[in-house]
Amino acid sequence: MAEKKITLEQVRHVARLARIDLYPDDEERLRTDMDQILSYVDKLGELDVNGIEPTVQVGESGAPMRSDEVTNSPNAEAMLANAPVRHRGYFKVPKIIE
Amino acid sequence: MSSSTELNRLTIADAAALLHKREISSAELTRVCLDRIAAVEPQLNAFITVTQKAALEQADAADRRIKGGDAPPLCGIPLGIKDIYATKGATTTCASKILSNFVPPFDATVIAKLRGEGAVFVGKTNMDEFAMGSSTENSAFGPTKNPHDLTRVAGGSSGGSAAAVAAGECLGALGTDTGGSIREPASFCGVTGIKPTYSRVSRYGVVAYASSLDQVGPFAKTVRDAAILLRALAGHDPHDSTCSARPVPDYERALTGDVSGLRIGVPKEYFVAGMDPTVERAVREALKCYEAMGAKLVDITLPHTSYAIACYYLVATAEASANLARYDGIRYGVRAAAEDMISLYEMTRAQGFGAEVKRRIMLGTFALSAGYYDAYYLKAMKVRTLIRRDFDCAFEDCDVIVTPVAPTTAFKLGEKMNDPLTMYLSDIFTISVNLAGLPGLAIPCGYDANGLPIGMQIIGAPFAEETILRTGDAFERSGAVIPRRPAL
Amino acid sequence: MSNEAYEAVIGLEVHTHLMTKSKLFCGCSTEFGRAPNENVCPVCMGMPGVLPVLNRRAVELAVRAGLAAHCEISPRSIFDRKSYFYPDLPKNYQISQYETPVCRGGYIEIQSGDGAPKKIRLVRIHIEEDAGKNIHEADASLVDFNRSCVPLIEIVSEPDIRSAAEASAYLHELRGILRYIEASDGRMEEGSFRCDVNVSVRKRGVSELGVKTEIKNLNSFRFVEKAIEYEVNRQIATLESGSRIAQETHLWDPVREETRPMRSKEFANDYRYFPEPDLPPLLIPPAMVEEIRRAMPELPSDRRARYIRDFGLSSYEAGVLTAERETADYFEGASVGLKNRRTAANWVMTEVLRIANETGQQISEALPSAREAGALLAMVEAQQISLNAAKTAFAAMIKSRKSAVETVAELGLAQVSDTVAIASACDKLLAAEPEKLAEYRAGRDKLFGFFVGQVMKAMGGKANPKVINEILKQKLAG
Repeated sequence: MAEKKITLEQVRHVARLARIDLYPDDEERLRTDMDQILSYVDKLGELDVNGIEPTVQVGESGAPMRSDEVTNSPNAEAMLANAPVRHRGYFKVPKIIE
Repeated sequence: MSSSTELNRLTIADAAALLHKREISSAELTRVCLDRIAAVEPQLNAFITVTQKAALEQADAADRRIKGGDAPPLCGIPLGIKDIYATKGATTTCASKILSNFVPPFDATVIAKLRGEGAVFVGKTNMDEFAMGSSTENSAFGPTKNPHDLTRVAGGSSGGSAAAVAAGECLGALGTDTGGSIREPASFCGVTGIKPTYSRVSRYGVVAYASSLDQVGPFAKTVRDAAILLRALAGHDPHDSTCSARPVPDYERALTGDVSGLRIGVPKEYFVAGMDPTVERAVREALKCYEAMGAKLVDITLPHTSYAIACYYLVATAEASANLARYDGIRYGVRAAAEDMISLYEMTRAQGFGAEVKRRIMLGTFALSAGYYDAYYLKAMKVRTLIRRDFDCAFEDCDVIVTPVAPTTAFKLGEKMNDPLTMYLSDIFTISVNLAGLPGLAIPCGYDANGLPIGMQIIGAPFAEETILRTGDAFERSGAVIPRRPAL
Repeated sequence: MSNEAYEAVIGLEVHTHLMTKSKLFCGCSTEFGRAPNENVCPVCMGMPGVLPVLNRRAVELAVRAGLAAHCEISPRSIFDRKSYFYPDLPKNYQISQYETPVCRGGYIEIQSGDGAPKKIRLVRIHIEEDAGKNIHEADASLVDFNRSCVPLIEIVSEPDIRSAAEASAYLHELRGILRYIEASDGRMEEGSFRCDVNVSVRKRGVSELGVKTEIKNLNSFRFVEKAIEYEVNRQIATLESGSRIAQETHLWDPVREETRPMRSKEFANDYRYFPEPDLPPLLIPPAMVEEIRRAMPELPSDRRARYIRDFGLSSYEAGVLTAERETADYFEGASVGLKNRRTAANWVMTEVLRIANETGQQISEALPSAREAGALLAMVEAQQISLNAAKTAFAAMIKSRKSAVETVAELGLAQVSDTVAIASACDKLLAAEPEKLAEYRAGRDKLFGFFVGQVMKAMGGKANPKVINEILKQKLAG
């Protein structure tokens, strides 16, 4: 078995960045899955990409620009309708600590 | 038509003709589809939501419009909509628990266009959660079964739409294709599906999986129907900065049946050891048929094909990791009970996302994280350039490229669920097309010994939808393959 | 004190809202002060499937800022996603610019402590979207997305600043420029002009940089200065005591007047920047830059030069008048019809700025229009009213908002230059004061003032003193 592509500690760190709580059983399974995929992905290492420009997008270049006009009218109720918890026209969340 | 119960078997072109001649009504046609849905859904599970009431209202409105005279081609035609499209007032779940209660206050651009055409929406079709999958087994609402064999998958991620068209629950359907999500289920279910050139159709209101790869496209029974649908979907959208302003051709007019002189590229990398020999045989037969019709076969090479899946799973997951960050239980969707902000995020996302979605978010987050960006994400973006160049070179020697859609026919439910990498490999022939932003058409080209459909892929240069549709239509007209209806 | 042995190295990151009508990526209004979640739509709420479309005006204003600060304008710049989870960030990533910003380099020139000009170099200016706002209550936080997606530019300076005073001078100059070019309203109190400070200290003569801290939550110029002073002293004291500076983010506590590290360790972040796939590169061809340059309002430095050259004002006067665009505009507006621009210059530098200062309001809010001020000053120039009367009238106009002409008439402030009336008042006085007249004619010149005063009194204080002088001199000469 080749060396690990990703450790359990890294999996936990990535889960924190992605804000996903991992159940203890999931951690090792995810690690194994990710390890397998990352090992597969390693085949990209066979290619010499020196001097190759990355392809970020395949569409046409040049962001279109819209004119500075207000086209939306206030509809707070429609925007709040899906809120899991709302309070006086706001979205309510647990207290944020700065 | 001999019997009104068969109306759902009509092509869109035929149904439109009958509607416009007022020999049938949209209400009648829609009711037949809804009855069919009621009859087969318990076995098939192609729909997450059936919008019966709204559909009948749309049908009535369509009938009034047809009576009035100038109704567009899709007026009154019952369609299935993948549950990835924002539909105003109708739940849009993306097959995820986290969005199971989300009712968008707006329509996706293509939904608004179809509404404008007077199309009828019978419901929201099943899919892999957030379009991540190749079998529609990753749905929070259970897998969709293949109408040709209920023990097999419908393909994915747009499996519900493919199955619904194959089973006659609607006349056409919308899917999305990020790595093969229209073409693979079309192939598995024996219907036609097209993934247009990236930027050809607006993505506004389509729940994003991988923004630089996602493209909207239709499913239909025939190439002609796909052409009719695509014309209605395509075109400039001021709400999508990546959407092309090129004029939209009348795709139906391109269906001349003439392929004489057409140069068909046959890439050696797409006919490899390990693939199902029946699939290879069916595609080779189709190629012979084209030759007989006057087309010319050209051997080509797409040397970076074997890197496409690795490239895709870095690019797509990286983009997905950001695209799916918004599901946090604050503004919409399902929120987990939590005392503090961090646990609210972590619990909401742990409980709301399925295993495959988590796997891809994790992979993408890792690929972008400090210290790994260059080795994974940036490298993949450079390999993407090589894959694009392969196609640029190939299209100097040919007009279209013909390949199998998938290495196998529909596999058994559960067969690949515990092995993500094997599942990913089912997209090996479709993924490069997304990376290069090209149009790809999937049409049935035969059946295997179990009676399962085999799909052929016709790939075109950017914006060459007319050419690939013409190529597909010519094969369909040749009568080489007689489409089989599922026994269901 | 060992402080002299150290020097502070300061860099500023200024975020300012761009003055657009609509948001950066959607057609919602940017209006401040609306009810919560009124100026929102699916796009700025980060609903599933939405996509950004760039506001042209925001790009133009960012380029203006770049041109004003002598930056290089990128012909092709890239938007990136900056990922972090925060309740006011709807997509949990911010669309910003990372490796390829719209403007690079450039500088802002300030007057340093000794009065000599100093260039503070810029690293970059980039465009990004703002987040919403969290409101903290006792047991929960509330989120309002009205500000979400409002266009911002971030202006990042090189660490060229060496003191709190220089930081303040830089901020004033930058804010002035941004206001002149109509890119920003510069309102710190409304959060439309915000500043983060990077501070480190090092022993004088040492070239490498010390460990820096970042200070956030600075919403006034005064706080920026105080926070820098506090932080520099704290760092020096820390180093002197043999400890090390931790690289961390501090919040300024305006009540206790100190900085303290942020509690949430989550800000030790990995933002995972990558190019925004929903936005193609922003292309700004040279022709567009030229078009923007042509439409650009006059910069403060150009105005200063013009006042000195064309109006004959001193460098100091020109500096005071151009410090704020509003002041300069007021001055120019008030001086339009005047024979001597200086009349308006003096008026603005004394009356206008004093009143604006006392009330703490914007000139436009606190004072009569520049046109009315000009009308009033024209009456002074025409000797129809005295300077003192003008002050009285101006004060009344602030309250009543009536025109200058109306106010002067209503308060009866017009000077009487009617020679017949004044001559008659003089005659009456001389007839009533034969002794004083005799004394004067006998050589008591000092009595001249007495006569003038008496005539003025008889005229109710409204007579033109020049005319009184002339007539009295004739009459007294007999």
